[in-house]
Amino acid sequence: MNESTATKEQPGASASEPKTHAIDMSALNRDGQKLSLDQEEKCLKVDDLSLFYGEKQALHNISFEIPKKRVTAFIGPSGCGKSTLLRCFNRMNDLVDGVRIDGEIQLDGQNIFDKKVEVADLRRRVGMVFQKPNPFPKSIYENVAYGLRIQGINKKRVLDERVEWALKGAALWDEVKDRLQENALGMSGGQQQRLVIARTIAVEPEVLLLDEPASALDPISTLKIEELIYELKSKFTIVIVTHNMQQAARVSDYTAFMYMGNLVEYGDTDTLFTNPTKKQTEDYITGRYG
Amino acid sequence: MVNKDTHSHHISQQFNEDLDEVKKQLLEMGGQVENQINDAMEALVEADSELAETVMSNDDQINRMEVSIDEDCARILARRQPAASDLRLVIAVSKANNDLERIGDETKRIARLALQLLENGQSPRGYVEVRHITGLVREMLHNALDAFARLDVDMALKVARADHNVDMEYTTAMRELITFMMEDPRSISRVINVIWALRSLERVGDHARNIAEHVIYLVKGKDVRHVSYEQMERKAKAD
Repeated sequence: MNESTATKEQPGASASEPKTHAIDMSALNRDGQKLSLDQEEKCLKVDDLSLFYGEKQALHNISFEIPKKRVTAFIGPSGCGKSTLLRCFNRMNDLVDGVRIDGEIQLDGQNIFDKKVEVADLRRRVGMVFQKPNPFPKSIYENVAYGLRIQGINKKRVLDERVEWALKGAALWDEVKDRLQENALGMSGGQQQRLVIARTIAVEPEVLLLDEPASALDPISTLKIEELIYELKSKFTIVIVTHNMQQAARVSDYTAFMYMGNLVEYGDTDTLFTNPTKKQTEDYITGRYG
Repeated sequence: MVNKDTHSHHISQQFNEDLDEVKKQLLEMGGQVENQINDAMEALVEADSELAETVMSNDDQINRMEVSIDEDCARILARRQPAASDLRLVIAVSKANNDLERIGDETKRIARLALQLLENGQSPRGYVEVRHITGLVREMLHNALDAFARLDVDMALKVARADHNVDMEYTTAMRELITFMMEDPRSISRVINVIWALRSLERVGDHARNIAEHVIYLVKGKDVRHVSYEQMERKAKAD
C-alpha cells in the first residue's frame, strides 16, 4: 500500500512523524471566533438523569449536552460520580446489580434506554477504553480484528485494511507493523493502551468513552495518548474521565466538574480553568479541597 | 469572587507560601518604586545632584527585584501548574512586576534630567507642574498597590479614573510650557528637560493604571485593557 496516500485518507498520522496542529476550523464560526457551547452541534443529550445503587443515589438530576467531535472531560474528586456517568453512555451500568436509572440520554436524538435499542449495537456506536489496558491474549492483529469479526467481516483483504487503518489511527502502526502476529501481551503498557484504542475505533464508533485512559501509563506514553486524543477528535466525539486536572486542561474542549453526584459546572475548558464561575470548582481545581 | 483569604487555603502549605512570598516581594518592590518617584522629583525640583545619583543607583536594585520576581513566577508555573485565581495571581504579579520596573526606569530618567538641568542651568518654568503631577501619580501608584494587596476592585477603578485626570493635567502643562518657549526661545533647551520629566511622570500614571487593570483581572477574571473607563467600570462591576 502506498504509505503517503494511505496516511492522507486515514485519521491521524503515525506517532513518529512531527505534527503541526493547524487551527481546528470546525471549532470556529463564520467570523473566525471560537464556537460557544450553545452553537456546537450536539451528540449526546443528558436529560434529568439520576442513578441509584440500591438505596444510594449516585447521580442527581444531571442535564447537559455533549457536542459532536469535541473532547469533553469529566473531572471531580473520587466518588463524585464521573465514572458512573460515563458508564451510562454505553449502558455499562446495566451489568451492575441493583442499579436504577431515571431520566434519559439521547444519542443523536434517540433515547439509549429505549427498549428498541440493542445494547450490543449501542456499544458498537459508543466504544469504551478503561484505565488498565485490557488486550486479549491473542496476536496484535487479532485484537484489532476482533470486533470486526464479530460484525461478520471475515474477508482477509477487508480485515487487513481495517486493522491497518485502526492501528494508524491509534498512532501504533509504525511500531507494530512488522510484528502483527506477536502476542499483544508482550507490548508495553502504553502500546497496549493504544492497541485497545485501535480495537475500539476499528468498528468505527461515533463516541469514544475514555475512563482514565492514561493513569496507568508513564509520562511519555501519557503524552502519546493525549496527542492521539487530539488526532481522534476529528473523527469521533470523545468523552474522557480523568483524575489529572492538567490532563483535562490539556486535551479537552469542554469540561464538566462533578461533585457528590451533581454536575456543578460545565463549560468551555479555557474559561473553567482560568475563571470558573462556581466557588466549588475554583476550590477543586486550585487544590483547596478539604 | 476572589477575596483576601483566597490564596492562603491550599492543601499544600508550600504552595500557599510560594504565592504569598511572590506577592509580598511585588509589594516591597512597589514601595521602593514609590520612594524613587518622590526622590526623583525632589532631585529635579531642588536641584539635588546627590539625591539624583542615589535614585540612579537604586534603580539597579529594582531591576534585580524584577528578575527575582520573574524567576519566582516561572518556578511556580513550572512546579505547581496553578489554575483559576492562582493562575491569575501569578500572571498579574508578573505583569505588575514589569510595570513597576518600567516606572523605575522612568524615575531614573527623571534623575538624569535633574543632573542635566544642574549642568545647563535651571528651567525658568515647569517645577510647580512637576511637583503637582508627581503627587498625583504617586498617589495613583500607592492606591494601585493597595488595591493589589487588598484585592480591592473599587480602589483599582479609582486609579483608572485618576489616570484620566493626570492626562488632562499633563496636556495643560504642556500647553503652558510650549507657549512659554515660543515667547522665550533661549529657554528651550532647559524647559525641554522639564517637559521630558513631565512626560515620564505621565508614563508612570499609565503604568499605575495598568497595575490597576491587573488587579481587576486578578479579582474578577475580566480583561479590562484597551477599553474606556465606562466600559471598564461596567465590566468590573458585572458578576
